[in-house]
Amino acid sequence: MTTLPTSTKKKLGLVIDLDICVGCQACATSCKEWNTGGYSAPLSDIQPYGADPDGAWLNRIHTYEAGTGPEGRTVHFPRSCLHCEEPACVTVCPTGASYKREEDGIVLVNPDTCIGCKLCSWACPYGAREYDPAHGVMKKCTLCVDRIYNENLEEEDRIPACVRACPTGARHFGDLGDPNSDVSKLVAAREGYDLLPEFGYKPVNKYLPPRPRRDAYSQDKSTVAAAPIEPSDNEAGTMAAKLFTWADRMLSR
Amino acid sequence: MHPSYSVIIFTTASGAGYGLLVWLALFRMFGVIPAERWLGFLGLGTALGLITLGLLASTAHLGHPERAWRAFSQWRSSWLSREGIAAMATYVPAGLLGLGWVIFETGGFFLGLVALLAIIGSGITVWCTGMIYASLPTIRQWYQPLVPPVYLAMAMATGGLLYNALAHMFGHGSALSAGAALLAVIAALVIKGLYWRVIDSAPKKYTAEAATGLGHLGKVRPLDPPHTQPNFIMREMGFKVARKHAVKLRGLAIIFAFLIPLFALVLALFAGAPAVSGVAGIVALLSGAVGVIVERWLFFAEAEHVAMLYYGAEAA
Amino acid sequence: MEPVIARSPEVADEIKTTTCYMCACRCGIRVHLKDGKVRYIDGNKKHPVNKGVLCGKGSAGIMQHYSPARLQKPLLRTGPRGSGQFKEISWNEALDIATEWLGNVRKSNPRRLAFFTGRDQSQSLTGWWAIQYGTSNYAAHGGFCSVNMAAAGLYTFGGAFWEFGDPDWDLTKYFMLFGVAEDHASNPIKIGLGKLKKRGAKIVSINPIRTGYNAIADEWVGIKPGTDGLFVAALIYELLRTENVDLDYLVRYTNVPWLVIDNPGGPDDGLFARDEAGKPLVWDKTAGRVLNGYLPDITPSLSGEITLPDGKKARPVFELMAKRYLDKQYAPESVAEETGVPAEDIRRIAAELADVAFKQEISIDVEWTDWAGRKHDKMIGRPISMHAMRGISAHSNGFHTCRLIHILQILLGSIDCPGGFRYKAPYPKCIPPRLKPKGKTGEVTADEPLGGPHLGFPTSPEDLLVDQNGKAKRIDKAFSWSAPLAIHGMMHMVITNAAKGDPYPIDVLFMYMANMSWNSAMNTGDTLKYLTEKDEWTGAYKIPRIIYSDAYYSEMVPYADLVLPDTTYLERWDCISMLDRPISEPDAPADAIRHPVVKPDRDVRPFQDVLIDLGARLELPGFTNEDGSPTYPGGYPDYMVNHERLPGIGPLAGWRGEDRNTFGIGKKNPDQLERYIENGSFAIHHLEPNQRYYKHANRDYLDWAVSKGFLSNDAPLVFQLYSEPMQKFKLAAQGHGDIQPPDYHRARIERYFDPLPFWYEPFEGDMVSKEEFPIHALTQRPMHMYHSWGSQNAWLRQITNANKLFINRAKAESMDIKDDDWIWLISHIGRVKAQVKLQEGVNPDTVWTWNAIGKRKGAWNLDEDAPEATQGFLLNHLISELLPERSDGYHYSNSDPITGQAAWYDLKVRIEKADVSEGTGTQPVFEAFEVPLDHDVPHVSNFGAEFRPPNPEQSKPPQPSKEDNAKEEADK
Ligand SMILES: Nc1nc2c(c(=O)[nH]1)N[C@H]1C(S)=C(S)[C@@H](COP(=O)(O)OP(=O)(O)OC[C@H]3O[C@@H](n4cnc5c(=O)[nH]c(N)nc54)[C@H](O)[C@@H]3O)O[C@H]1N2
Ligand SMILES: Nc1nc2c(c(=O)[nH]1)N[C@H]1C(S)=C(S)[C@@H](COP(=O)(O)OP(=O)(O)OC[C@H]3O[C@@H](n4cnc5c(=O)[nH]c(N)nc54)[C@H](O)[C@@H]3O)O[C@H]1N2
Ligand code: SF4
Ligand code: SF4
Ligand code: SF4
Ligand code: SF4
Ligand code: SF4
Ligand SMILES: [Mo]
Repeated sequence: MTTLPTSTKKKLGLVIDLDICVGCQACATSCKEWNTGGYSAPLSDIQPYGADPDGAWLNRIHTYEAGTGPEGRTVHFPRSCLHCEEPACVTVCPTGASYKREEDGIVLVNPDTCIGCKLCSWACPYGAREYDPAHGVMKKCTLCVDRIYNENLEEEDRIPACVRACPTGARHFGDLGDPNSDVSKLVAAREGYDLLPEFGYKPVNKYLPPRPRRDAYSQDKSTVAAAPIEPSDNEAGTMAAKLFTWADRMLSR
Repeated sequence: MHPSYSVIIFTTASGAGYGLLVWLALFRMFGVIPAERWLGFLGLGTALGLITLGLLASTAHLGHPERAWRAFSQWRSSWLSREGIAAMATYVPAGLLGLGWVIFETGGFFLGLVALLAIIGSGITVWCTGMIYASLPTIRQWYQPLVPPVYLAMAMATGGLLYNALAHMFGHGSALSAGAALLAVIAALVIKGLYWRVIDSAPKKYTAEAATGLGHLGKVRPLDPPHTQPNFIMREMGFKVARKHAVKLRGLAIIFAFLIPLFALVLALFAGAPAVSGVAGIVALLSGAVGVIVERWLFFAEAEHVAMLYYGAEAA
Repeated sequence: MEPVIARSPEVADEIKTTTCYMCACRCGIRVHLKDGKVRYIDGNKKHPVNKGVLCGKGSAGIMQHYSPARLQKPLLRTGPRGSGQFKEISWNEALDIATEWLGNVRKSNPRRLAFFTGRDQSQSLTGWWAIQYGTSNYAAHGGFCSVNMAAAGLYTFGGAFWEFGDPDWDLTKYFMLFGVAEDHASNPIKIGLGKLKKRGAKIVSINPIRTGYNAIADEWVGIKPGTDGLFVAALIYELLRTENVDLDYLVRYTNVPWLVIDNPGGPDDGLFARDEAGKPLVWDKTAGRVLNGYLPDITPSLSGEITLPDGKKARPVFELMAKRYLDKQYAPESVAEETGVPAEDIRRIAAELADVAFKQEISIDVEWTDWAGRKHDKMIGRPISMHAMRGISAHSNGFHTCRLIHILQILLGSIDCPGGFRYKAPYPKCIPPRLKPKGKTGEVTADEPLGGPHLGFPTSPEDLLVDQNGKAKRIDKAFSWSAPLAIHGMMHMVITNAAKGDPYPIDVLFMYMANMSWNSAMNTGDTLKYLTEKDEWTGAYKIPRIIYSDAYYSEMVPYADLVLPDTTYLERWDCISMLDRPISEPDAPADAIRHPVVKPDRDVRPFQDVLIDLGARLELPGFTNEDGSPTYPGGYPDYMVNHERLPGIGPLAGWRGEDRNTFGIGKKNPDQLERYIENGSFAIHHLEPNQRYYKHANRDYLDWAVSKGFLSNDAPLVFQLYSEPMQKFKLAAQGHGDIQPPDYHRARIERYFDPLPFWYEPFEGDMVSKEEFPIHALTQRPMHMYHSWGSQNAWLRQITNANKLFINRAKAESMDIKDDDWIWLISHIGRVKAQVKLQEGVNPDTVWTWNAIGKRKGAWNLDEDAPEATQGFLLNHLISELLPERSDGYHYSNSDPITGQAAWYDLKVRIEKADVSEGTGTQPVFEAFEVPLDHDVPHVSNFGAEFRPPNPEQSKPPQPSKEDNAKEEADK
């Protein structure tokens, strides 16, 4: 079913905090680990021990520098399917293998019907679809659809593998369609944003921007007792004497 | 975009096939050529053969060709699905046309109708092929209204060259066959030329800063890639032809796909001697074949995908 | 119609809980097993270390466990060393050979066995084994890792950054991170940083490189390598100048009031003035006389010359400190150029520290009692915490720099207070701990155990392991004049020294879990030479026999004569013991085990079992009963339960005692391991709220720690800002005492054994020409790779399989160097060819690369054209194990002069563009090894296909994958 549902009951997705992500790759490997035995198993690896190793990964972590010189920032940038509300990756699919679930908005590929034409990957601006040449079908983030409702998992584990693993807590999962959900509130509070909104695919996943640096004079300067002084030999003696007097006074309170 | 050979063969062969089919049907419809068995057999055979070859080639790049039948199901949203259906549908009038022409060697209203349907089917199919590309906002060079016309024009031109050569084989070579091909080649040259001008001046709308949303911090550059070796996205979308090669290749495409055929067709038109125009027609065809492959290769190789913004492209 | 999908597929037949070993962090994991195969590994939510999260390595454990580089059977070398030619032998044969080699040495001279272990977690067993064997030459990897941090901390405040403490992640408001890319506390730091971010606490990173943790800091101080000591001293200068120090804290918990004898030239100069009982003296203002500095409620004077009862002069430590750190050399203006940190930033950071410490003080309403019995109704916190690791330690000035950081923390009153740095049991310990190293002349005897531990804490020259000429007694020269406080040994010197016979040759080198011929070698090229060097006369190898235990086909394996293949971490018992480095949290001492969750499918044995077996075969005391039978026939699990170091103290602290439920000391419990497994493979004891802070002086904590054997008495631990042991070594160098350094060591000992920390330029930078080698070169650990192990991992190696040299963009552009250019990186000992990547966030005088990505061809069972071998490179080819020759011809090791810590990050280099004619690809490249393994190395891995849940709509099983198709694609 490649026509998009007119609306979805939920908009499940991820919120990724670029202010916290340290680029540890935990979400990438735990995603690989879970999904290589999951809904669209396997995520094959070509030449796993050879010259040009290349496998299907549903989540990849980039590192960018933004801004120049020491003033710039280094930003780690996890990237996976954004489960867009109106994605052409679904509508271009000739077979119906690619579809958006009405129930929760998850965009999935049916590995049993995908013909591996790759057209959907061409239609995704975010590079979020990965063709698995060994398996001949398209793979993509499933939002861990086989975890989030899985009654064989403890309730607290019914979240995506990447969110479960992330050591810094930079990844959040929830219903972005519900303005009262934790994720929606977080997005509101931190001015979460869409990637390439101009595209009109309406990504569900949101990114929280890195917070401004705090390396200028922040609060109160009163603790800097004296203005900077030109250091000199005599100063050392004077400063020490002053310090000792102060110490004496303080200790005899 | 990575120019995959199966897709190049698919689009060029089926394009030429549909072009030829259109010319045959058109001329048959108007009785310009006789309902001669062997002409019909070879002409329609070549057209349908090329179409089928193209479609088969297109399945070669599928991960699961055995599931290709599933591709007919999503005509409501998918141009690829529509193309598949149109292609299948076109076999019906084309087949009927062939039946009448080859078995019964007749014409008549009914065959005129199926010829018309074959023409429409071919046009729709080729248009759909173009739309597969033209509907992708992710690729500036493809997301252009001119893409389906380019596909159509190239199909008519290559089909015209084929038709002209075939007509000569059967002694039906004429000013009309050469002239039609000539017109089609000129039209294709104009449209493709326009297309190139448009994509060369189409602004790059998206930047790495926009793709990451980090533009407020300054210029965005990749520091470490997610994985050391290229992955599917980088191989598929990241193929890039060097600027100077592209210029050179465009020159070759222009020479082979358009200028040589033009020259040969003009020669054919004014040669007088059928042998000369026959040979000229064949030269035009062969050159056109080389040219269209280069053109199609470039169509992919020059296309830049937005996803590459995440992998170091500055703008797309 | 949308397809129906399986929402609740079965994930596992069985979930087993154990401890991760994809790195040394020791997180709790749950291994999900399906059809006898590992389906999935996730974090154990109940575990104190990782609380459920898992890092990039931990999540790739499956691929390590199924790696094609796993060793399969014991190997005996058949070709020349380094060829990779081996024959497989049986375990019986292997153990017979090892017993014979080791037995002969023990019967003649046990010193001629050097037993060194790497990144292992069984040091309480391996060390104890080595004691029973009787050699003095034992240590683990700490000497080349981070001993500066351990030593500086243990000699200053009885804890250390390393694995011995944590920032108070929940309460700290200002966090300074010095020189950390990843750390031993991998997940805990990540969890902690996440907490700080959530609370909006400020994170300041001091690091020449802005990646990883340093990228998310609120402030990045891109300091020039090796100059942190100056930066910190300038902060101290500012705090003293602006009178922003916690005087109460200092008087209460530190030796700042203690009197230091001022007797230049005298044998007691610089020592503490002491009473007859040996107690340090202070001048008490109220009493108007000197008093025992340990007395509670004293009112000491912090400055002024005091005349002692015996007429000598003395001054309080505080005065000496003020004089040192208020010197103009440490003024922000003076250090700005050398450190690359603008003076106004230093002043601002100092002001911020003062502000947070003293104006944003926090307190928690918990009553507690101090060591003297005084009750306090609150726990006052100075919510500033710091953490530092190898960016500080891996320099030859690391010991002093780390001490400076501790002094900064202590001046702010932020050790073990709410919001500050917190100890983890068994720390704090006595300052320094009371153990002394064994191995002096006469302490090593044939066929006898060593009378005590190999590693300890010298406090004066009497404790050194040197002969009467001052020559080292240990093969690595630890505890000699070249590294008197080498408390973790100096593994990085073993191969060089053994091959040179300096201080003496050895017969057997026995190593475990250390890739010493490659990424943990300093000067890899020469190390390979030493490993294969032969005696001119006999033709025998200079290091005659090498026994090595590894689990994988690492670069070290081909250099061993006898290879003892270990299991993977999912196949064995392990013990992460209180006797070694446990998994304690500040609020909760804890230890852990590993247990086999899958059976090995190869003929391999856990190294610990093998060591215990060898102990019995060698009839070592402690491993053999009176009747000659083995003491631990059940191997390591048997030992873990039944071994006792002292009565009631065994490897594991959990579930001991009559009630089988006591944490700490108690009778052994035959069900102990079952209890551990039931509990998720760890044991934890939660401290009472009133025991949780000020542990160094907290009555309730101290009493508890004594009862658990962590401390030998309940005296408070007084922070040693001024370090008397250091002064004792200095006095010896000045000609005092019976044991003095040989003349060629004197000047160095005198200079560097300063009781108050100071900054000096790291040695290599000081010795090589600044014009010739103007640039600092560093490595950083990638968060997803553990040293060399990661490259055999099909998933991790996709993330990084080649490394580039990162250069500051402006700097590179000034040298006309562009992205992806190939350059030569040249140090005083060699050159390496590398490919360049430009970076904004790196100190302009610094270049760096990811550590341990470069691999030797043939190693790890990778294809010979693997990028790890063709493009990946090691900086180790450029890092010398020895410093440039001194004018008198003596070479010191490239180490800290106090602790012997390997100075990896002192490396100075220059860059030259490689000529295009030199082509691409790294240099040097060594010849490929043969691979003595017969694993199928797949061209395509479809791991997990078998786990795919059946599609509810289609009952047919998933399509088998098409390898041919894949090959075609891959070949394109
Ligand atoms: N993922 C992963 N984790 C590991 C390991 C691993 O291999 N991989 N190894 C483990 C081991 S054995 C260890 S010892 C720890 C080490 O953990 P870390 O101490 O984090 O080790 P390094 O990666 O050496 O990082 C050193 C940092 O210090 C910086 N640095 C270098 N010189 C200076 C300097 O002069 N001043 C300052 N301020 N910074 C400097 C470097 O830029 C780098 O960021 O990690 C452990 N954890
Ligand atoms: N240039 C540069 N060099 C460095 C450093 C640096 O920062 N820069 N860091 C240094 C530091 S701090 C350290 S700690 C060293 C670390 O260096 P090493 O101690 O050499 O660490 P690894 O490379 O992890 O090698 C450990 C060996 O243990 C083996 N092994 C893994 N698992 C098992 C197992 O279960 N059983 C057994 N028996 N063996 C196993 C591996 O196969 C490998 O051969 O590197 C040092 N070298
Ligand atoms: S991110 Fe890409 S693959 Fe995912 S829904 Fe959007 S367009 Fe489709
Ligand atoms: S690759 Fe599969 S999912 Fe993607 S468009 Fe083609 S059939 Fe649909
Ligand atoms: S939600 Fe699941 S599939 Fe998607 S990136 Fe996270 S772990 Fe991977
Ligand atoms: S696990 Fe978390 S911190 Fe690590 S790379 Fe992923 S999002 Fe970033
Ligand atoms: S930090 Fe990662 S690799 Fe290390 S023990 Fe924890 S989960 Fe395992
Ligand atoms: Mo280390």
